Amino acid sequence: MTGTITDSSAPILELHDIRMQFGGITALKGLSYDVPLGIIQAVIGPNGAGKTTLFHCISGLHQPTSGRILFEKRQISGQPPHRIAGSGISRTFQHVALFKSMTVIENIMVGRHCRTHSGFWATGLRFPGMRTEERQIQEKAASHLEFVGLEDAAHLQAGTLPLGKQKILEMARALATDPRLILLDEPAGGLNMRETEELGELIQRICQSGVTVMLVEHDMNLVMEVSDRILVLHYGEFLAAGPPGEIKDRPEVIEAYLGEQ
Amino acid sequence: MIYALVAIGYNVIYNVTEIINFAQGEFVMLGGLFAVFFVGTLRLPVGVAFFGAIIATGCVGFAMERFVIRRARDASVLSLIIITIAVSILLKGTAMFCWGKDPYVLPAFSPGGPILFGGAAIQPQALWVLGVSALIVICLTLFFRRSIYGKAMLACADNPSAARMTGIPVRQMVLLSFVLSAAIGAAAGVVITPISLMEYDRGALLGLKGFGAAVLGGLGEFHGALMAGAILGLAESFCAGYLSSGYKDAVALVLLLLALFFKPEGLFGSSEAAKLKEF
Amino acid sequence: MSRKDWGIFLGTMLLIGIFPWLVKPFKAVSHYIDIMVFAGIFTLISIGLSMLMGYAGQISMAQAAFFGIGAYTSGILTTRFGLNPWLVMPAGMLLAAVVAWLLGIPALRLKGHYLAMATLGFGVIVHIVLSEEVNWTGGPSGMADIPSLTIAGARLTSEIAYYYLVWAAVFLVLLFCFLVLHSRVGRALRAIHEEQTAAEAMGVPTARLKVQVFVLSAVLAALAGSFYTHYVTFLNPGSFNLMWSIRFMLMVMVGGMQSLWGALLGTVLMTFVGNEWLQVFADFEILAYGAILLVVALFLPRGLVSLISQGFGSRKVRPSLADGSS
Repeated sequence: MTGTITDSSAPILELHDIRMQFGGITALKGLSYDVPLGIIQAVIGPNGAGKTTLFHCISGLHQPTSGRILFEKRQISGQPPHRIAGSGISRTFQHVALFKSMTVIENIMVGRHCRTHSGFWATGLRFPGMRTEERQIQEKAASHLEFVGLEDAAHLQAGTLPLGKQKILEMARALATDPRLILLDEPAGGLNMRETEELGELIQRICQSGVTVMLVEHDMNLVMEVSDRILVLHYGEFLAAGPPGEIKDRPEVIEAYLGEQ
Repeated sequence: MIYALVAIGYNVIYNVTEIINFAQGEFVMLGGLFAVFFVGTLRLPVGVAFFGAIIATGCVGFAMERFVIRRARDASVLSLIIITIAVSILLKGTAMFCWGKDPYVLPAFSPGGPILFGGAAIQPQALWVLGVSALIVICLTLFFRRSIYGKAMLACADNPSAARMTGIPVRQMVLLSFVLSAAIGAAAGVVITPISLMEYDRGALLGLKGFGAAVLGGLGEFHGALMAGAILGLAESFCAGYLSSGYKDAVALVLLLLALFFKPEGLFGSSEAAKLKEF
Repeated sequence: MSRKDWGIFLGTMLLIGIFPWLVKPFKAVSHYIDIMVFAGIFTLISIGLSMLMGYAGQISMAQAAFFGIGAYTSGILTTRFGLNPWLVMPAGMLLAAVVAWLLGIPALRLKGHYLAMATLGFGVIVHIVLSEEVNWTGGPSGMADIPSLTIAGARLTSEIAYYYLVWAAVFLVLLFCFLVLHSRVGRALRAIHEEQTAAEAMGVPTARLKVQVFVLSAVLAALAGSFYTHYVTFLNPGSFNLMWSIRFMLMVMVGGMQSLWGALLGTVLMTFVGNEWLQVFADFEILAYGAILLVVALFLPRGLVSLISQGFGSRKVRPSLADGSS
């Protein structure tokens, strides 16, 4: 949690030969890749390429069948998700896993859980340290709310928001954990053009604030627009990697996508 | 032993619906008591009573699914569990209403005293228990592996929406699973009553121990259930010599807890299924 | 906590406080107070169970067992060893906490129905132990002559004294739990209940929290057990069997799982129902309980509290952080 990278060229995330097997299906077949620090890294590929599985492995929902994942030079593969979150990796979900019956601001406050520690006794008996902490939680949550532009919705029930705002809320919640790496799983899914544009702008602001972004996305316009580097997966394997301009012209990439259609 | 049959009952419903039916033990109880009714009150021969009880309990299973479970299909896991618990209590209460609190006995299926077998005396009824269990397991395995209905039922548990889309009538499959499960439980109940009597509140403990066998053998695995049932039965009889009768009951339960904690996939299940149990 | 929450809290406290005067006109005053003492004891259990079921989303069928652990620990240590009942209470609670912790750590890795069965099995095992260990517990014929509690030398034997004692404890516990729920812990619990995976991914240690809530529910049940012991001064394993665990679950469900007030309401209601109106059914009480449970589970999963709040046109009763200041 304390490891700050002094060498700015060191990758923030290293994937060493990641293999993920579920019964008869091998979703990831020996993937190795280094994610550079401070960029927006897109992960694309046809359906079934293993992109979401990769995110699940990084965030700890799945333990890779073999291989190691290093975050800031420390191994995280095999740790439970809440520990990984505490280490500085946060994420959103493809199907928007918000706490729908809680309010917008409460959702974001949950994100602060790993940075605070009052337990049952402290909260039940209202120790002074807990009150201070609670105030800080609210302040931080409010600032994240403002960062994404949802201040007006603070006390609305999360489930009542339109999809575009829900996606943004999920990102705010993830940001509340003070991550150094954030995984966005298909954030543009179901959004119209205007919403996607705003999303792209938000993603860039997140990166500018010092958080490395990994992005799984099907919307190629968005990907080309915001990414610094693209990783292409195909059937769980590494296919290509490089800057957007280069990737879109690679024959093997085009073939992988065309082959899918 | 009967635990195997009860376990199989759990497995059938679980295989099709992923629900654990807490009322499974009550099906066993009802089977025994229905048979008692047929034999004692209606003076029917035991063989007829056997099938009569199975059919009667099957109807109860039918009613349970049709009127209760169907309403609750979208409910949370929590609610479903509570609902099956509620039904089991209702069945127990109704049984008490109909049959009173006394234990009942059935005549053994075949006459004759204990058969001597290599130094041990075995009740002929025990052989019936084993025989019926084996027969049921064989029939079920064939059903689920070979017949189209069986495979359809398995598909429902795996992915109900996909199953529905391929034209499998999921509702009917669920109904069938409950009826089948009730029938199996009933068979167990009838077959065990001559040996160890049957009364209205035996259901809960039997159900619990049967669940222990189901988990020990791996939820959904029929062969596992059979083996686990045998193991559980043997363990219990073994300990009966050393422990008081109260603690004997605890043996199966302790094994259940141990199985749940250390090997939730059971001895024969897949560890993949167990992974789903995390989080 | 909002002003509305405080209002309900103080209002209910007031109501409970003046209840003995309210029932004075009726002949069976001490009888009603007696029932309310039990209701108070059971409410302690329900609060814990409500936190577990409604907020952590877990099922425990072992509350009667923890109730029994508290009760018998108090009973045995005070009769066998002559220890002060007040000092013994924490012992029962500690034992329950340890047991719940040991049980919870492996069990709470499992999903929904597995924990229910695990606690079911555990509950039955405890009941068996209580019945079998005749030397310690007196077995099915029970244990008697348990001393009552004393405060500053005065023996608490009257219903009315016990009434205030128990309900004071209830309100203290309620306050504690409300404060916990209106905090980071409460939010984390609700998060776990709604979307466990997401909560985990946001850094909430779900397994650990679930165990903590389970332990809390066990401790509260044990505390209730101690109060029970010193009130009835006679123990018998029949009060701690599976049917009781189910009764406690019913109390929580009738009132409303997601609300501590629901737990209180449901418990008081069901205690009265159980004592007064179901007497008619005698043995068929089981049938009635099963029917009520089924109806509630099918048609009223959020309990009576949801009906009440709908009736007043307000949102479903749940901890609100509208102004956020505590």
